[in-house]
Amino acid sequence: MSFLVNLALGLLFGIGLVVSGMSNPAKVLNFLDLFGTWDPSLAFVMGGAVIVAFVGYRVVLKRDRPIAAGRFHLPDRSDIDARILVGPAIFGIGWGLGGFCPGPALTALGLGAPGTLVFVPAMIAGMWGARALGDTGPRTARA
Amino acid sequence: MTDFTPLASLLGGMMIGLSAVLLMLWEGRIAGISGIAGRLLPPYRDNAFVSRFAFVLGLVAAPLLYALATGDAVQQTVSSNLPLMAVAGLVVGFGSVWGNGCTSGHGVCGLSRLSTRSFVATGIFMAAAIVTVFVTRHVIGG
Repeated sequence: MSFLVNLALGLLFGIGLVVSGMSNPAKVLNFLDLFGTWDPSLAFVMGGAVIVAFVGYRVVLKRDRPIAAGRFHLPDRSDIDARILVGPAIFGIGWGLGGFCPGPALTALGLGAPGTLVFVPAMIAGMWGARALGDTGPRTARA
Repeated sequence: MTDFTPLASLLGGMMIGLSAVLLMLWEGRIAGISGIAGRLLPPYRDNAFVSRFAFVLGLVAAPLLYALATGDAVQQTVSSNLPLMAVAGLVVGFGSVWGNGCTSGHGVCGLSRLSTRSFVATGIFMAAAIVTVFVTRHVIGG
């Protein structure tokens, strides 16, 4: 049952990415190109997603627990450490180079563009590297 | 050039938000793709592997289902500079996991929860990406 629900939610998320145009890196890069061929669409994607999630989270988090798990797993940190500065800076550079962040890259996988077929395995390798390093490094962040 | 698509983008964004809300309702978890995909890799600290795998499977299947349902091919232009895409992928994977989130985890879910860390992270990755595009398109490529 959980498998089917998660599959459906992944589908909904992915179709949202396709409908919004975010599975197309050209559209993302044009959003980031403020001083060139600017396409503001991504701001509408973020806006739509944040409005629904802002309201929806407030409703859902009134419950004592989620339907299929014992408790809500919410990040509760508010400290600004080096990782929260360095990680996004590194991620942003890659996002600007390829026009893919993790969700759209996975969603675009099935479309089979050569650039995507190279990007996704490299991304998984990068994730693995961060997981391995983060776990043994001096500062182990709570996952 | 790509067309400005405010309505389709708003609608698609709302679907993403709805998926995030329903994932919270069902699993009690944040719909952050770097977190979900990254935790498919070791070390494993919980038993949510199957749920995460199913969610990623749904993501991958989405454009195929969309194309089947609508009869429209999904439009996209991906760089064919393969060394560049390899570097970009490596950096995106590392940075998003190192910083505990990407566009979805920090950008959508974190901002919706008014998380300070997510506001900081989103500001930084947006700025870094804008500067990167400026440099590659207008300084080097211009």
